[in-house]
Amino acid sequence: MENLNGYLIVSAILFSIGTIGVLTRKNAIVIFMCIELMLNAVNLTFVALSRYLGNLDGQIFVFFIMTVAAAEAAVGLALIIAFFNNKETIDVDDINLMKW
Amino acid sequence: MFDNVWLIPLLPFIGFLINGLFGKKIKNETVIGGIAAAMVLGSFIVSSMTLINLLSLPSEERLAEVKIFTWITSGTFNADAAFLIDPLSCIMIMVVSGVGFLIHVYSIGYMHGEEGYYRYFSYLNLFTFSMLLLVLGNNLLLMFVGWEGVGLCSYLLIGYYFHKKSACDAGKKAFVMNRIGDFGFLLGIFTLYWYLGSSHNVWTIRFTELANNSHLLPTGGIVTVITLCFFLGATGKSAQIPLYTWLPDAMEGPTPVSALIHAATMVTAGVYMIARMNFLFIRSPETLTVIAVIGACTALFAATIGTAQNDIKRVLAYSTVSQLGYMFLAMGVGAFGAGIFHLMTHAFFKACLFLGSGAVIHSMHGALHHAHSHDDAQDMRNMGGLKSKMPLTFITFLLATIAISGIPGFSGFFSKDEILWQAFSNPHHGSLNYLLWGMGALAAGLTAFYMFRLVFMTFFGECRITPKAKDHLHESPMVIVLPLIVLAGLSVAGGFIGVPKLIGDVIGGIPNYFENFLEPVFKYSAEYMAQHGAHSGVHSHALEWGLMGGSVLIALIGITIAYSLYVANKGIPARFVAAFPGLHRAVYNKWYIDELYDYTIVNPCKAFSQFLWKGFDVIVIDGAVNGVAKTVMGFSGVFRLMQSGLISNYAWSMAFGVVVMLSYFILK
Repeated sequence: MENLNGYLIVSAILFSIGTIGVLTRKNAIVIFMCIELMLNAVNLTFVALSRYLGNLDGQIFVFFIMTVAAAEAAVGLALIIAFFNNKETIDVDDINLMKW
Repeated sequence: MFDNVWLIPLLPFIGFLINGLFGKKIKNETVIGGIAAAMVLGSFIVSSMTLINLLSLPSEERLAEVKIFTWITSGTFNADAAFLIDPLSCIMIMVVSGVGFLIHVYSIGYMHGEEGYYRYFSYLNLFTFSMLLLVLGNNLLLMFVGWEGVGLCSYLLIGYYFHKKSACDAGKKAFVMNRIGDFGFLLGIFTLYWYLGSSHNVWTIRFTELANNSHLLPTGGIVTVITLCFFLGATGKSAQIPLYTWLPDAMEGPTPVSALIHAATMVTAGVYMIARMNFLFIRSPETLTVIAVIGACTALFAATIGTAQNDIKRVLAYSTVSQLGYMFLAMGVGAFGAGIFHLMTHAFFKACLFLGSGAVIHSMHGALHHAHSHDDAQDMRNMGGLKSKMPLTFITFLLATIAISGIPGFSGFFSKDEILWQAFSNPHHGSLNYLLWGMGALAAGLTAFYMFRLVFMTFFGECRITPKAKDHLHESPMVIVLPLIVLAGLSVAGGFIGVPKLIGDVIGGIPNYFENFLEPVFKYSAEYMAQHGAHSGVHSHALEWGLMGGSVLIALIGITIAYSLYVANKGIPARFVAAFPGLHRAVYNKWYIDELYDYTIVNPCKAFSQFLWKGFDVIVIDGAVNGVAKTVMGFSGVFRLMQSGLISNYAWSMAFGVVVMLSYFILK
C-alpha cells in the first residue's frame, strides 16, 4: 500500500472533528454522534494499518469496536430518552445533578 | 504415690466455679457455705494423705514432682503444670488447707445474712486455689500464677463491701502495692533464667534443677541483683518495709478474710518463696543482710504503731506486719527452718486472734445495732468487760495472745525464741547480730505489751458500751466458736513439734521434728555454708539459756506494763498522752508513713499523670490525630469543587489530560 499516510490523515481529521464536537456541542445526541465519529476514525486507522502490515488482527479489533459501539448506542439512546422524559431537554449543561 | 496430688488445688477451684457460676441461683446459704468448706476439707484430707505418704519415705527421698500436663514449650523455655512435693510444700499445703478450712467454717456463721454470700465464698475458694498453686508449683512461672492469683483475690475480698469507698480504696492500694512487688519478682525470674542460660547453658525455671545447678552461681554479684529483685516481690506480698502500708488498710474486708489472707496464708507467700529458693539467697551475703535488717526494722516499727491503735483489727494488722518481720529476720540470718516454723505457729495463733476479734466485732455490731447506737463496733474504747459475756471467745483469745507473746510452753515461744537465738548466733552478719537480736527482743516486748493491752481493753474492766446494748452482747454460735477452739488448741500445742534442741534435751530428749523434717529442703544452703567454712561460732548453752530468759523477761515486762497501765492504774495512759502529745500523735497516725508516701510518691505521680494527660495526650497525641483529619478535610473542601457535574467540563479535562500525556511522550 503506497499511500498509507492518506488514510491516516483522513482518520486524524475525522477524529479531530469528533473530539471538537464532543467538547463544544451541548446537544446530547450530537455529542453521541461525535463519539461515533471518533470511534470510526479509529476503525479506519485499524483497517488501514491491518492492510498495510498484512496482519488481520486489526480487522478483528474493528469488529469488536463496532459491536461495543452498537451496544453503547442502544444504552446511550435509552438514557437520553429517559432523561428527556424527565426534563424535556437533552442539553448536557442541564444534566448536572451529580456534583459536590 | 502422689498421684492424687492434683486434687489439692483442683477441689477449691471446682468450689469456686460452682459458687461463682450458680451461687446466685442456689441462694441457700447452707449449701453455698457447705460446698465451699467441703472442697477445702477435701483438699485438707488429700494434703494429709500426701503428708503421711511423704513421712513414710526415708528423709533423703522425700522429693517428688508430679507432672499434670505440659503447659508452655518454646525453644529452650519449658514450663509444665507440675507440682513439687517436698517437706516444705507439704507443710504449706497443710497450713493453707487446714487453717483455710477452719476459716471457711467460721465464715459460714460470720457472713450469715450478708449480701453476696455466694460471691464471698467463691472468692474464698479461688483464693485457696491460688495459694495452693503457689506453694505446690514446681517452677517459678507456676508459682507466679498463684502469686498473682492471691493478689487478685486479695483485691476482690478487701473490696468485698464495694459500695464503701474506703473498702474500694483499700483494695486498690493492696493491688498497686502488690504490683510493685510483682514487678520485682518477674525481673528476678527473667534475670535468673537469662543468667543461668546464657552463661552456663542451663535454661530452666524448675526449682529442683535450679537447686541442682546452684553450684554454678557465683557468690554475690549477679546473684545479689536477682535475690534483691525477688526480695522486692516478697516485701510487696508479705507487707515489709517499704511496701507494708497496704496490709493495715486491708482490714476493710470482712474479718475472716483478714484472718485467712492477711494473717495465715497470703502474706506468708514471700517467706515461702525465699525459703524455697534458699540455695539462691544463701549465695548473696548482701541480700541476706538487707533482708535481716528490713525484717528486724519491720518487726520493731510495726510493733510501735500497734501500741497506739484503738481499732481492734488494726492492732492485729500491725501485729501481723511485725510478726512477718520476724519471719524475714529468720530468712535473713539463714534460719530458714525457724522462719517456716514461725510461719506455721503464727498461722495458728494469728488466725485464732483474728477470728476471735471477728467474733467480738460481730457481737458488738449486733448489740449496737439493737440499741440503735452509731458507736464504732471495732473501737476497743467502746468494749471492755467482755470476759463474762463471751467466755469461750475470751479463753481462746487469751491463749492465742499468750502464744504470740512468747510465754514458754506455747507455740509462739518456741518459734520466736529460735529466730532470736539464730539472729544472735548466725555466722552471716558479724557484730550486726547483736543489733538484730536487740531489735527482735524489743519488738517481742512491744508485742506482749500491745497484745495484752488489747486483751485488757477488750475483755477486762467494766463494759463501756451503752447499757442498752450491753444486754444484747452474747457468745457467738457454735460454728464460729468451734474453729476458735481448734486454733487455740493448735496455738498452745503446735510448738511442740519444733522444740529447740536445747530445751528438748532437758525435757526428755524430744527431737526437733520440724527442723529434721525440713532439713532436706535446705541441704543446698547447708552444703554451701559448710564449703565456705562459715560456722556459727561456738556459743555456750549458758548464753543460749540466758538469751532465752532475757526474751521471756522482756515479754513479761511488756505484759506487766500493759496490766499496770490498762487494769491497775487506768489514768496513766491518758497522762502519758498529755505529757507527750506529739509522740502519741505520730504513733497513732502510724508515723505519718502514708502521708509521707502521698507526698513523695503518690502526689508527684499524680501530677505527672495529669501532665501526661492534659499536656501530652490532649495536645500532642490528640492534636496530631485531629490535625491530620483537619488537613484532609481542608484539601477535600477545595478539590471537591472539581466535581462540577457538567459533562463538558469532564470532557475538556480528559482531552487536556490526553494532550498533556501525549505531548510528554512525544517531546521526551
